[in-house]
Amino acid sequence: MSHHIVELKELRHIYPDGTVALDGVTFTITHGESVGIIGANGAGKSTLLLHLNGYLVPTSGEISIGHTPITKETLPEIRRTVGLVFQDPDDQLFMPTVFDDVAFGPFNLGLSGAAVEERVTSALAKVDAGHLREKPPYHLSGGEKKRVAIATVLSMEPDILVMDEPTNGLDPFARRQLMGLMKEFHHTKIFTSHDLDMVMELCDRVIVLGHGRVRADGAPAEIFSNQQLLTECRLEKPLSMQGCPVCGK
Amino acid sequence: MASIDGAILDFKRLDLLASGDTGLHRLDARAKVLVTAVFVLLVISHDRYELSALFPFFIFPAAMIAAGNLPFSYIARKILLLCPFVIVVGIFNPLIDRTIMLQAGPLAISGGWLSFFSIIIRSILTVGSAFILLALTGFPGVCQALEQLGMPRPFAVQLLFLYRYIFVLTEEGGRAARARQLRSCGNKGMGIKSFGTLIGHLLLRTWQRAERVHIAMLSRGFDGSFHSGRRSSFGRRELFFVAGWSLVLIFMRTTNLTQIIGSIVTGRLN
Repeated sequence: MSHHIVELKELRHIYPDGTVALDGVTFTITHGESVGIIGANGAGKSTLLLHLNGYLVPTSGEISIGHTPITKETLPEIRRTVGLVFQDPDDQLFMPTVFDDVAFGPFNLGLSGAAVEERVTSALAKVDAGHLREKPPYHLSGGEKKRVAIATVLSMEPDILVMDEPTNGLDPFARRQLMGLMKEFHHTKIFTSHDLDMVMELCDRVIVLGHGRVRADGAPAEIFSNQQLLTECRLEKPLSMQGCPVCGK
Repeated sequence: MASIDGAILDFKRLDLLASGDTGLHRLDARAKVLVTAVFVLLVISHDRYELSALFPFFIFPAAMIAAGNLPFSYIARKILLLCPFVIVVGIFNPLIDRTIMLQAGPLAISGGWLSFFSIIIRSILTVGSAFILLALTGFPGVCQALEQLGMPRPFAVQLLFLYRYIFVLTEEGGRAARARQLRSCGNKGMGIKSFGTLIGHLLLRTWQRAERVHIAMLSRGFDGSFHSGRRSSFGRRELFFVAGWSLVLIFMRTTNLTQIIGSIVTGRLN
């Protein structure tokens, strides 16, 4: 299943205003890995994600998905392979109803009629949002919006799921629900987050970004016990690894 | 601003009404759009001093509200919201046009007053029928119908986007205005100047959002054309609806029903 491999070589991105957002990022993510990308605000996480489906073009360096380099010709295929879920679901849900939104991707893939219907139904069922299908997006709660936003990407049956701050702004119940959902997605998962407990629970690998560079890359337990690294990168241990606030143990 | 916020929230209710399940709701959107268009055209085609001939036209909105099971007071409130604007449009008529057109006992009514009330009645009828159309069909349905009736696709898409993001934008604007208000401690803040930058920021944010929405569309394979899975058919029921209402409305336009009823009633009295 080589088409699930994400390979970055010396990726650099400099914004037109001169800001160096990524400064030589190199890593390989293989099939089925669940990777959390963490780092301080402005460390380059979002810029990195936007490269993964070819929205941003690197200033220098290489990026390939499943051994296919991202070029103008390969973009449609890359975008089907890599499903990108945005931080703000209002950016992701732009069609008049939930159904239209979830069907948007499949229609663009050239499917029609019953095939689209099937994809939509199954994607909505996966996120437990079948009952919302006829609703307009602005009538949904934050958690519902987030789940539907994920369904809009799942309906394209991506091989790699990329999410920007998936648990941001969700209540504890909705957060748990979303984490359960992500556990069920067995292909490659990549997400950025400040929710370190979620990263601890869902990821088998953590990449720490700092000032546009990879500061560390390894197992969560190993990364989160390196206090010096965490302090330098403006991070801290997940709450589950810290002592009890009452007894201190 | 808070009240605009509230008005928008209230506006969302119109959308919820569109998910109703009466015979009228199930009717193909094109039929409803066509009849509403005929209605609006006929209402505005009346002479500027016409008043009595307009009253029978209230049958159409009344019938739609009843058959579509819509809340009358809600629709009435929505129309009232527009009344100040309408009054401003017509308010100078009575001052400018003072020719006496009607003598009701000792009361002389000038042409200006007649045209003023005519404007108000017409606005209530046309705006009301538009609200009713939305409440029975929903905005996406209306857009799709317009497109099927020949409106260019880009316009329909523009309208849909406008409708989708107007809620997001007002909420954003509402939040910004609230933040300004809370920090101006009951004073005028920095006056009109602060509103200038506020609106500028709103514009920039809208821009950024548009960019993000575009990325979201591209990520899902958008190639410039919109597809829709919705199917609806213009069947016999729709044909009857359009033909029936058009005939009734055209009949009302060509004959002054109020006058006929009036003369029947007065004839009997004599």
